[in-house]
Amino acid sequence: MKHLLSISDLSKPEAISILDTATELARVSDGAVKKLPTLRGRTIVNLFAEDSTRTRISFEAAAKRLSADVINFSAKGSSLSKGESLKDTAMTLQAMGADAVVIRHPASGAAQRLADSEWMSGSVVNAGDGTHEHPSQALLDAFTIRKHLGMGGSDLSGLNVAIVGDILHSRVARSNVLLLSMLGAKVTLVAPPTLLPVGIQNWPATVSYDFDAVIPHVDVVMMLRVQQERMSDLFFPNAREYSRYFGLNGERMASMKSGAIVMHPGPMNRGLEISAEVADSARSVITEQVTNGVSVRMAILYVLLAGGALEVGSN
Amino acid sequence: MTTADFLIKGASLPDGKKADISISNGVIASVGSGFKGEAHTVIDGRDCVVLPGLVDLHTHLREPGREDAETVLSGSSAGVKGGFTAVSAMANTSPVADTAGVVEQVYRLGQEAGLLDVFPIGAVTQGLKGESLSEIGAMADSVARVRVFSDDGNCVSDPLVMRRALEYIKKFGGVIAQHAQDPRMTIGSQMNEGEISARLGLKGWPAVAEEAIIARDVLLADHVKSRLHICHLTTAGGVEIIRWAKARGIDVTAEVTPHHLLLTDDLASSYDPVYKVNPPLRTESDVHALREALADGTIDIVATDHAPHPTESKECEWQEAAFGMLGLETALSIVQKTMIETGLMNWVQVADRMSIAPARIGGYENHGQPLVVGSVANLVVINPTKKWTVDRDLVLSKSSNTPYHDHKLPGVITHTFFKGKATYSNGIVSSTGDK
Repeated sequence: MKHLLSISDLSKPEAISILDTATELARVSDGAVKKLPTLRGRTIVNLFAEDSTRTRISFEAAAKRLSADVINFSAKGSSLSKGESLKDTAMTLQAMGADAVVIRHPASGAAQRLADSEWMSGSVVNAGDGTHEHPSQALLDAFTIRKHLGMGGSDLSGLNVAIVGDILHSRVARSNVLLLSMLGAKVTLVAPPTLLPVGIQNWPATVSYDFDAVIPHVDVVMMLRVQQERMSDLFFPNAREYSRYFGLNGERMASMKSGAIVMHPGPMNRGLEISAEVADSARSVITEQVTNGVSVRMAILYVLLAGGALEVGSN
Repeated sequence: MTTADFLIKGASLPDGKKADISISNGVIASVGSGFKGEAHTVIDGRDCVVLPGLVDLHTHLREPGREDAETVLSGSSAGVKGGFTAVSAMANTSPVADTAGVVEQVYRLGQEAGLLDVFPIGAVTQGLKGESLSEIGAMADSVARVRVFSDDGNCVSDPLVMRRALEYIKKFGGVIAQHAQDPRMTIGSQMNEGEISARLGLKGWPAVAEEAIIARDVLLADHVKSRLHICHLTTAGGVEIIRWAKARGIDVTAEVTPHHLLLTDDLASSYDPVYKVNPPLRTESDVHALREALADGTIDIVATDHAPHPTESKECEWQEAAFGMLGLETALSIVQKTMIETGLMNWVQVADRMSIAPARIGGYENHGQPLVVGSVANLVVINPTKKWTVDRDLVLSKSSNTPYHDHKLPGVITHTFFKGKATYSNGIVSSTGDK
């Protein structure tokens, strides 16, 4: 495996091997010495053409714990903000000898364009492309779900997951639908009809407009951020009405199964799609998602650049 | 004893009859086996079909303004290579072809290139803004004699503006060629809205955004009893509306592009913007509906929507890229592949859809004439038994954004004749043209 552009690049055994590798690497992170020498001398570029805090820091920490040299290249204050083309940026990175590029970009397909082009030869990791996919987020979500609820098995068979909110514009939802269903979970997408894409009928997920009907039956509720710009584009009447039907508040949380967890990829709009009460509750694994993100991204870089999964039990 | 300029020996006419065709003094001098004289140039027409020169009602020549993408001369060269003897130059140049001055300039550049007739299309509205009518009368009365008006690239979306335009052109028997795209429904749209756009996370372009405008405009054309032409129809629903309108006797014609007869929206999965086009590639079932409609005459013509763009406009992220693809040099091969080889049409129908009907819609009198003695010798000779491989580095257009790079296509055009002169023969474009 050279690139990670979409969850559809992964077979089920490959996905599980990334999760298993992340489990092993998490043990390292818990130790006194957090660093592994695996990627010493390799250069990883974080090319962030769109603002991001947690994903960029997470990839940076992951690369550094594997002893790679990390170069951060962000939209603000770089040639990207001066209208340099993706091609020229890629050729610059190639000239600098990047072994891998972790790319976050506002255009759907930007990571694939980079990988398919002859502009650069390194590995490409999609860290979120427009409204397409965010595969490392899905892997860390699956990792978190497995850790909490994965009844001893390597996959997510038997679990019910609801993904709630702006499915239409969500790269997190697209990657999670593919990955969680591949791992055996039953996925239900909950949203107003305006925020579900036309053409969704062949996705490996069921669709519901009724959050209250879904919530008592699921093991995981994954809330999605509602972008500010959707407010003015007729997707729903106003924020209060959205919150009333699709927000996760204490009352709704009370109808969840015992042991069911609440997730959110961040950043949260507290009071809109999720109440503070829920975000800070015992069911919430939101900060743990961030922690797990580092281990999972270490595993992704490990598999792509060190040429295979880490054997369970080795270190 | 007569001396002909050219003698095409043993070729098939569109109806399959074998004939020798001689050309003298710009016209067809004889058709059949009766030619007894000498010919300056004899062309072996065995295995070939002779059609009236192709007429493209929808070409972007980019001049004036974007000469880095195409010029009237380079577009004319691409045209004759593709078998065309007339092209209609769309109005979305810079400056926009919304005055007599600009259309006369484009017309004159076509005359100077001399390879084919360039008929300028006039903008419906000033600056293609959709607000107030451009000087339609002045363009119609100019040397360019404009009869086709279009804001192509933009839709004339305001129903009142569209109504007035349809009414106004009745004065001289013009036609409004509508780019049917509801602008509100397609803000930021990138590709056909459906299963593929949902998966790729590219903003959808619903079929209804095209169909709603077509439906409105056939009703407007009926109400004011004027003539409407629908550019680049792409959806099965649009076909149904045109079929209904024609059955009601509404004076509407429609075109389909070669690429919409062949390519589908799943090609966007590569995120390669060479497949990004306006209107977007649609689904397999749309493609089949378009082919059937072209065969049964619901869709009247094939038009290329030849849209050259410089490399940097396509060598980028999908959503940053320009819309459009080249079409002139491959149109006849794509039609052979999609319509002849599927058994849906014969060469008589191809001659109609690519020459006779577009010439009639545009009012281009010297084009689309029957292959009989005395007709202006605008002809194309194609060898349908041969294949060729498209190479984007070898196209005659100034741009290279062909979606068919490395495709092996049927049908090799061997000669194009414009007013009796060979503008294209065996891979070579005439350097002198008509001068």
